[in-house]
Amino acid sequence: METYTAMRQFADSWGLLAMALFFVGVIVFTLRPGGKRQAQEAASIPLKED
Amino acid sequence: MNYTIETILIGVGVFLAVLGAAFAQDSLFQAHMGVLAISLAIGFILMLRRINFAPAGAGTAALVGGAPSESEYFDEVVRYGVIATVFWGVVGFLVGVVVALQLAFPDLNIEPYLNFGRLRPLHTSAVIFAFGGNALIATSFYVVQRTCRARLFGGSLGWFVFWGYQLFIVMAATGYVLGVTQGREYAEPEWYVDLWITIVWVAYLLTFLGTILKRKEPHIYVANWFYLSFIVTIAMLHVVNNLAIPVSFLGSKSYSLFSGVQDALTQWWYGHNAVGFFLTAGFLGMMYYFVPKQAGRPVYSYRLSIIHFWALIFMYIWAGPHHLHYTALPDWAQTLGMVFSVMLWMPSWGGMINGLMTLSGAWDKIRTDPIIRMMIIAIAFYGMSTFEGPMMSIKAVNSLSHYTEWTIGHVHSGALGWVGMITFGAVYYLVPKLWGRERLYSLRMVNWHFWLATLGIVIYAAVLWVAGIQQGLMWREYDSNGFLVYSFAESVKAMFPYYVLRAVGGALYLVGGFVMAYNVYMTIRGYQRNEAPIAGSVPVLQPAE
Repeated sequence: METYTAMRQFADSWGLLAMALFFVGVIVFTLRPGGKRQAQEAASIPLKED
Repeated sequence: MNYTIETILIGVGVFLAVLGAAFAQDSLFQAHMGVLAISLAIGFILMLRRINFAPAGAGTAALVGGAPSESEYFDEVVRYGVIATVFWGVVGFLVGVVVALQLAFPDLNIEPYLNFGRLRPLHTSAVIFAFGGNALIATSFYVVQRTCRARLFGGSLGWFVFWGYQLFIVMAATGYVLGVTQGREYAEPEWYVDLWITIVWVAYLLTFLGTILKRKEPHIYVANWFYLSFIVTIAMLHVVNNLAIPVSFLGSKSYSLFSGVQDALTQWWYGHNAVGFFLTAGFLGMMYYFVPKQAGRPVYSYRLSIIHFWALIFMYIWAGPHHLHYTALPDWAQTLGMVFSVMLWMPSWGGMINGLMTLSGAWDKIRTDPIIRMMIIAIAFYGMSTFEGPMMSIKAVNSLSHYTEWTIGHVHSGALGWVGMITFGAVYYLVPKLWGRERLYSLRMVNWHFWLATLGIVIYAAVLWVAGIQQGLMWREYDSNGFLVYSFAESVKAMFPYYVLRAVGGALYLVGGFVMAYNVYMTIRGYQRNEAPIAGSVPVLQPAE
């Protein structure tokens, strides 16, 4: 198969699926139950010193 | 810490630059190598003056007191970065006013070195890369150290990044004026300057990533994610967009590896992501640190900021094709660019709301703190220009707006409003901190800067909306027989009043820049202006009965 066609097919199928799943995974992980407390701790990092 | 090897390397650089000039294939390369040799020679002399010729033992003993310890933050390079930001900012705004006036009064084109075609990239590069880039490097070095609670990685590598970047700016700027360009928008420098900035950028990535890797804070704060995505993506964009074959090893001309529409798409994939990752992601890193610091409150929703980050980087990278609507680019690619641009509304507005709502419970600070006011107007302009941009990327709207002054108006509402104002806010926050001053020289001058800049942007953007829509309508006006009603020259002539007003708006912004430079200078010198406090900022004390 031609390189362009092979890469294009990969990008249209598995590549797209992997990126979409990663993206959805990130959002689900961020909004997971119990993540709020950790997020609040992280939010206070800049305010810790000077 | 004597910088002996560095000094020798710069000396070798001077020699190589002279050789490059001597064996140059064309006169432009010769002149440009001459500029390089002079710049490096100045650096070499400055370095030689620092060299300590005392015996090794005595030298180190003397240095122990002043040697930076691992426990301290590396702030000297940030100080230089802030000064460079202010300096290049004023230079970039000044050149902007000059090119605006050149459009209104073509007699101001002084050929060949100072005509519009050469000064325009000088203006864009000065404001984006010199002003914006220095602001990003300085603030990222400041923020990453504080949020990781670790000293900047790589010892004096930070100095290499700073000075290497200044050398890039000087080479790029002198190249434009001389006429060295590869004609790619926002990527005009030729191949040898591109190679140099690649080296500097890798060093930047190493210092930044190294600091993150040795952090003492377990969590990587969201601002660092934005900064890191900016550094990594710009490296990728720069390398791909500048793939080119030089005509000769010692010549200034090169040809792109791509041709035709692939070349155009590569250029705008780069161009729009320069907007997305240089002018947006990097400055959002600034927003997520300096707004909470100045307001004294944590960011409104940390989880929203994480989603903002991932959504922004996943979508921005696809938006470039909207610069090529109705061209030879395949229709599906144009539509893809449009759809992703429209989807960008969501993360952009999520981020804007997050930034604004950080002030919830402290809204009075907009009235009492001019620095907060500057940051808030920046976020407001971020929201406005990220609303306008997706709208303009819709094909039907783009058929009217493309190639007109509207586009320039849009860019400037983002650049002057968002990028400029958030940088001014960060500079005003940083200067007293970095030089150990109790407060700025004058808060009232910050207020003046705020109003001069805001008024300037409003004039600039509003004038160019009207100009752009008029221009677009004139270009597409047909009569009943199907002939164009206006010649192109008529549409140019109709722009004159708008061009003059645009220069007025830009000049107001420039004056604001001068006010900032004076304020920063006086703060560094340690002066405090004797002035009445901003109304409401100090609680009114009741006299004792």
